[in-house]
Amino acid sequence: MARSSSRFDTKKVNSELVTLTYGSLVAQMVKDVENPDDVNKQLDRLGYNMGIRLVEDFLAKTGSGRCLDLKDTADKIQTAFRMYLGVQPNVANWSPAGDEFSFIIDSNPLTDLVELPEDLKGLRYCNIICGAIRGALEMVQLDIQSWIVQDQLKGDANTEIRVKFIRKLEDAIPAGEE
Amino acid sequence: MDDTLFEFLHSEVVNYVVDSNISNKDKEEDLSNLEYIGFSVGYKIIERLTREMPRFKDELDTMKFICTDFWSAIYKRQIDNLRTNHHGVYVLQDNEFKFLTRMSKGKQYLELAPRYVAFTCGVIRGTLANLGINCLVTAEVQTMPGCKFHIQVHRT
Repeated sequence: MARSSSRFDTKKVNSELVTLTYGSLVAQMVKDVENPDDVNKQLDRLGYNMGIRLVEDFLAKTGSGRCLDLKDTADKIQTAFRMYLGVQPNVANWSPAGDEFSFIIDSNPLTDLVELPEDLKGLRYCNIICGAIRGALEMVQLDIQSWIVQDQLKGDANTEIRVKFIRKLEDAIPAGEE
Repeated sequence: MDDTLFEFLHSEVVNYVVDSNISNKDKEEDLSNLEYIGFSVGYKIIERLTREMPRFKDELDTMKFICTDFWSAIYKRQIDNLRTNHHGVYVLQDNEFKFLTRMSKGKQYLELAPRYVAFTCGVIRGTLANLGINCLVTAEVQTMPGCKFHIQVHRT
């Protein structure tokens, strides 16, 4: 019998598998749900669910500790992008207060092989990434907002994902205690 | 790209489909959308994988390809056992099916197993459809994480 993975580049296949699975999922959602805004919400929620699980995997694999500041957080998310999506986004556009920044991705594997039809301009295809960042950070006690500023699918040069720090979450008080 | 992402994405796809047909609670769970998502993935990916390859000799040769190269490209292992009656029925047995290995080693959660194999049934069907073989694919799980995929080829 042939040796395993003799004929294909497994990394590339895996990336295409994720791209195509995600694409088919979005297509199904667009069919199920009338309003693109509702699809955006679903995608965000799905990403959130993935994020809260991915962060555990990330911490286990990298052994990284708590973030010292938001700059450190941005660097770690950058590492996560490289691990999971195989892309290295640039961190840029810091707000003067230092509580907002952007990830700039020049080639986004999720949107490979994807074109948005005219009537779906309201669809934020990559919303799953925003959800994933939010979910992951919530598990390390950071409350953030994340949204898409630029989108290659809508003719922009890059994909830009904005992250805004809201507040630090405190450890919850155990049930039954004041 | 790390394959954890594919596993997590798959389980979210499962959750999405299960949640979206929550209304018909008393009937048997409808996983056809899940199967269809798998079908479109299989249909598209095989086209890209086999683009540079010579034509397969026959149906059995195609099945062997699915069990070895295709399975290891997607699930990082080969099918453990392939059986056929030479009349269009094939049984592919994977003793450690990827989506079930982290769930249980035995009968626990067995009732949920169909959700985690439906996507793959679709992938197999989509793949074969694009290679010119129309078929019906079902899965059978007796003890996790093992899984048998039954392929029944429609002949005209």
